[in-house]
Amino acid sequence: MTLLDPALAQRAIERALRRGGELAEVYAEDRRGFGLTLDDRRVERPQSGRELGASVRVVSGESSYFGHVDGLAEEDLMRVADSVAQAAGAPASPGVRLEPASGGSRHPVELAPEDVDAARKAELLRSCDETARSAGAEVAQVSVGYVEGRRVVEVYNSDGVAAADDRTRVRLAVQVVARRDGVVETGSETRGGHAGFELLVEHPEEVAAKAARTAVALLDARPAPSGPMPVVVGNAFGGVLLHEAVGHGLEADAVQKSASVYAGKLGEAVAPELVTAYDDGSRPGAWGSEGIDDEGTPTQRTTIIEEGRLTSYLYDLVRARKDGVASTGNGRRESFRHLPVPRMTNTFFAPGEATPEELIEGVERGLYAVSFGGGQVEPATGDFVFGVSEGYLIEGGRVTAPVRGATLIGNGLEALRAVDGIAGDLEIGTGYCGKAGQRVAAGVGQPHVRIGALTVGGTAA
Amino acid sequence: MSADLEAAARRAVEAAIAAGASDAEGYAEEGVEREIRVYGGAVESLTDAASRGVGVRAFLDARSGYAYGTDLSDSGLGDVGAAATEAARVADPDEHDGLPEETGAAAVGDLRSREVDRFTTERKVELALRAERAARAHPSVSQVEQVVYADVDGARALANSHGFASSFESSAAWAYVSAFAGEGSDLMTGLGLGLGRGPEALDPDAIGTEAAARAASLAGARQPSSRRCPVVLDALVSASFLGFIGGMLSADAVQRGRSLFADREGEEIATAELRLADDATLTDGLSSSPFDGEGVARRRLPLLEDGRLLTFLFDSRTARRAGRSSTGSAERSSYRSPPSVGTSNLVAEPGHATLEELVAEAGDGLLVTDVAGLHSGVNPVSGTFSVGATGRLIEGGELAAPVREITIASDLVSMLKSVAAVGSEARWVPFGGSVRAAPLLLREMAVSGS
Repeated sequence: MTLLDPALAQRAIERALRRGGELAEVYAEDRRGFGLTLDDRRVERPQSGRELGASVRVVSGESSYFGHVDGLAEEDLMRVADSVAQAAGAPASPGVRLEPASGGSRHPVELAPEDVDAARKAELLRSCDETARSAGAEVAQVSVGYVEGRRVVEVYNSDGVAAADDRTRVRLAVQVVARRDGVVETGSETRGGHAGFELLVEHPEEVAAKAARTAVALLDARPAPSGPMPVVVGNAFGGVLLHEAVGHGLEADAVQKSASVYAGKLGEAVAPELVTAYDDGSRPGAWGSEGIDDEGTPTQRTTIIEEGRLTSYLYDLVRARKDGVASTGNGRRESFRHLPVPRMTNTFFAPGEATPEELIEGVERGLYAVSFGGGQVEPATGDFVFGVSEGYLIEGGRVTAPVRGATLIGNGLEALRAVDGIAGDLEIGTGYCGKAGQRVAAGVGQPHVRIGALTVGGTAA
Repeated sequence: MSADLEAAARRAVEAAIAAGASDAEGYAEEGVEREIRVYGGAVESLTDAASRGVGVRAFLDARSGYAYGTDLSDSGLGDVGAAATEAARVADPDEHDGLPEETGAAAVGDLRSREVDRFTTERKVELALRAERAARAHPSVSQVEQVVYADVDGARALANSHGFASSFESSAAWAYVSAFAGEGSDLMTGLGLGLGRGPEALDPDAIGTEAAARAASLAGARQPSSRRCPVVLDALVSASFLGFIGGMLSADAVQRGRSLFADREGEEIATAELRLADDATLTDGLSSSPFDGEGVARRRLPLLEDGRLLTFLFDSRTARRAGRSSTGSAERSSYRSPPSVGTSNLVAEPGHATLEELVAEAGDGLLVTDVAGLHSGVNPVSGTFSVGATGRLIEGGELAAPVREITIASDLVSMLKSVAAVGSEARWVPFGGSVRAAPLLLREMAVSGS
């Protein structure tokens, strides 16, 4: 399927560059989605949508001029090209003849979600509901959400890029509330990927079972302890900590504005030798993967930390140009309505040698943080706060009781330096990352990781 | 512009009915938006955009479905109407779902400033540059990281198969600056912001100066020792908390068992000092509109008076379930999603004390100027929360050392009951929805540091 005639893209690019500029780009997108939720035993909010649109961008020095429009009509596209032709300077010529956009390496989709009957998706939600409710009388509420999306994109630019991608994502999320004697706890679990409905064919109800087990287990939680202590962070979603406290600080826009604690630290040891970490947008089928980024650069595996040394920042085209390096394929955007900015794809610690049990055995008194309810980081300082949604006490080298109300308070650089154990059980979770008003799918992941000391803000006296 | 949109909304309704829907509602939006980011005295990015779209809610008796699209041609509207009807087939029936019984429009004044259109791009760029200069002029500021000016100008139309059709135009403009003060481990950030109907309502000097002053007052912050003490929340922080509480007053959250105020209607849940209302009829409130997201007339809705919780926020579906009337609280965030129950402009009635007087009254305590992780840090059912905070210690009734890496922990019920005073300096804040917030003095909170 083709969205834009390359000749039209070329005309728009020439028009956009007529008052100068180093780079002009046309981005076209056809995005479709369907979603369905189940709440209180009722399948509701079926919703489908389709949007078609394009944007034009001119980059001139440090400035970007950007416009977008709904639809792909030639006159609209030309009007946008006119509105972004604001750069002062000599008229630039693209000088290259654009080829038809061609695809990067596509992530396999075996069962296109749009070919699956909506009734089957509704049944999926119902079976998750039943499974969760069968976990015990304490299960009070179950909500299940299913969402699928497909984005067909084409990128053309004045450097001759003519690239296309076809991205399909599906995600199932289950939230279970358990209640006993006035105590209420929540368990959540998701499964998703850059893949088709095949991801949800085999035992999707396991997602519900796990959420329910967590909610019920947490009913026995005690107030969390306070103070500095060793923290073992769980795999998959535990990677939120790396994403927030380290990853955002490696995005080149923050670095170039010195708005990151990692600015100027390339090549320096920022972590112990056992720490290696990647951003990998090419990881097959992973949630944050894509064939190309939203500027047409093929996605790749970028080593961000190698044996403790900071090795790379994450670049889009504009920031890469400024630093005289190549884009790392991290120029991402939420849709044709947004300017690309450096964003993580799938960011994770490389697996180590230990087992999760070994990491826990080494802790006399600490916290096992399995999952986070979310968190916030100040990129300029690296200070972070994370709410622990599922946490357990570690006492005498064993996981003992669940705890509630724990938060992790610290600083990204300090936490990274304090990593003293990494297990081998790497998994990628399905997150959504917000930045500059844009929300994109971001894979967060890691194996089990132990941080020697971190401040736990608890509620226990 | 509005007449065309109304026609599009009507045609979308007709398309859904033609596809077999028993009832339908069409919502259409059209607008132009601009965003300007400046950095280091030059334009960093300039975005100019036009957008339009339509969303259709279709009913098959008690089942409902939603679809949206960007194609407002007859065939595009036909596709959306048919897709909404198709979607409704997979939903389970909900006997309370359906169009509202009563529709109408309130008088809200002019929600659109012509200046959004009249100001040239150059003037808007100059406004942003001026805010940046104002921040940079502060001697403690080491870096101005972000300066953003944005505006939107557009129209919205709603039509339904019971014969309702109406539209309105509105605009908004806002700007914010994020500045750094101090270097290395002393570095702290500060935010300054302003908002209004158009660029003429923004004071770039004040926005830049606010960012600089906030950052400068925090530079060199350290982690303090743990304590229990009176806490003053400044207006930005108070807005975040009030917005969160406002969300829990949605009848949908209540009926789904996700609000800690579920059985508290009519009860005393706060001190008499805190008076809250939801008001979509204020001409200067950015969430104002003559009718709500399903065509029910807007009104001023008192929520908290004399410490009592007067009512929840209802749309027509939650109202039917509760045997009540809609309060005109169906919100539309965009044509891409169906209406949902929520606050419009949440308004805290200002008190009499200045921030300085609240700090003096606190004696020994903490002024919180920023919180992190509020939405993940609050348990919506129990209301317990533990959020990251930065601010200044208060000693002997005066501001003392800046502090960071602290958590403040309490629960929303105790917090509402510990409001000792509301400040007089009310302002609009776009956090947690549209909130007109004022500083709050809380009698006691647990502050945990080292």
